Amino acid sequence: MAYSKKVVEKFENTLNEPEKNSVGRWNPSDSDIGTGMVGAPACGDVMRLQIKCEPRNNSHVISDVKFKTYGCGSAIASSSELVDMLIGKTLEEAKEIKNKDIADALDLPPIKIHCSVLAEDSIHKAVEDYESKI
Amino acid sequence: MQLPIYLDYASTTPADPRVVKKMQECLSLDGNFGNPASRSHAFGWKAEEATEEARQYVAELVNCDPREIVWTSGATESDNLAIKGAARFYKKKGKHIITSKIEHKAVLDSCRQLEREGFDITYLDPDSNGIISPELVRESLRDDTILVSLMHINNEIGVVNDIKAIGEITREAGIIFHVDAAQSTGKLPIDLSVLKVDLMSFSAHKTYGPKGIGAMYASRKPRVRLEAQIHGGGHERGMRSGTLATHQIVGMGEAFRVAKLDMDEDNKRIEKLRDKFWNAIKDMEEVYLNGDEISRAPGFLNVSFNYVEGESLIMALKDIAVSSGSACTSASLEPSYVLRALGLKDELAHSSIRFAIGRFTTEQEVEYTINLVRDSVEKLRTLSPLWDMYKDGVDMDSIEWAEG
Repeated sequence: MAYSKKVVEKFENTLNEPEKNSVGRWNPSDSDIGTGMVGAPACGDVMRLQIKCEPRNNSHVISDVKFKTYGCGSAIASSSELVDMLIGKTLEEAKEIKNKDIADALDLPPIKIHCSVLAEDSIHKAVEDYESKI
Repeated sequence: MQLPIYLDYASTTPADPRVVKKMQECLSLDGNFGNPASRSHAFGWKAEEATEEARQYVAELVNCDPREIVWTSGATESDNLAIKGAARFYKKKGKHIITSKIEHKAVLDSCRQLEREGFDITYLDPDSNGIISPELVRESLRDDTILVSLMHINNEIGVVNDIKAIGEITREAGIIFHVDAAQSTGKLPIDLSVLKVDLMSFSAHKTYGPKGIGAMYASRKPRVRLEAQIHGGGHERGMRSGTLATHQIVGMGEAFRVAKLDMDEDNKRIEKLRDKFWNAIKDMEEVYLNGDEISRAPGFLNVSFNYVEGESLIMALKDIAVSSGSACTSASLEPSYVLRALGLKDELAHSSIRFAIGRFTTEQEVEYTINLVRDSVEKLRTLSPLWDMYKDGVDMDSIEWAEG
């Protein structure tokens, strides 16, 4: 697979320094955590995205993110890319992130666009889960 | 040791230096460049001599008459010629053909084409180890069966079919038996004077010869007949027209001569490396060997690393050239049809890597790869939510997955 340099770098950094790159998990039942799991093992990719949120002004802000991803190199790079995009955003802003933003940031090849779609889905699921707790 | 390390010998092999030397002698003005079909001058005679010597070497490796060898452009063309050529010639006798679900695409796609022409194809299921049992072939025969096409060694898992036993069954029933032996030459001894095989496909580039050249064996006793697929000049006794590519043919001949010479020693060494490799990783958790452990050709190691996706493992195994049954490495985004036919769950097919060891693989390269595999699988499992779930004892089959 001819990946862009960005995908390769993101993948390798995540692989070699997982903690520094927000790989991990929190207890999904904690009240300040929203969890979104998307994909299926049979399809070859599963992403679990977790957002840690705190109320600020009239909204809630994502203060930290953790994830784990099973999937191809671009799936792992896409979820890792999400981390930088999400931290500091309000839930409303987070919901505005589109798969195209991720695909563009990583120069994903057309055949790998579904990885960015999956990443977008994981945001919605995680936000939905957190919102159900507040 | 040089990086990257090539462990994809089932995909293709580098040409042996002895082969390259021979080929170079057949290209330029001061070399053997003539057209073997030119009957009017020495350039042609000399070129014909070279292609006939090469034919002899190919015949010697598989123990048949050189007149039973037809040059083609590769095993794909041989498969096409054998299957479509035989089916179209014998179509008045019947329209039923038997093959298996784990054949190479050259066989499967040829069969699909024949289906469009009105033939009826049975695709046999292998057992969970990847073997097509002779009994299954016998049970599947019909009165109108004209052709059985099965591979000798499977290209993904290296499993070996009992073509001797299957040949006994087809010959007794008067049915043509074609064997795709693209992976076999130099890996397993083939004796066509004993095997009751009517048609066999060979490739040069899987046996340290050049790409773009192959051969097809067509039995003379009993005589199998074919409808030619390529017309124009009546070369190769009318079975395959086209000017013979002297340098390619000489390369294949030399590759097969060397294969006969070096086979025993090569295989002993390759087997040792394969066993060393498997023994060094089989203690890892959730690691599965795909395909039969006993009936297997040297050099193949197809392994599933559960909860790790194959393409990401290939990326982590930077500097190691291998291939995967993962969907993400295929254009179709489907996981390996071979592994699925074995009954593997999709996720195990996604997690598979084929390591294929060959003539030029060194012990040092295998050791380097072992360490990298162990380290990379562990790292990717740290990243894998499925690994967490497995460790937490979650039953993943009970989960309703949100499809992406």
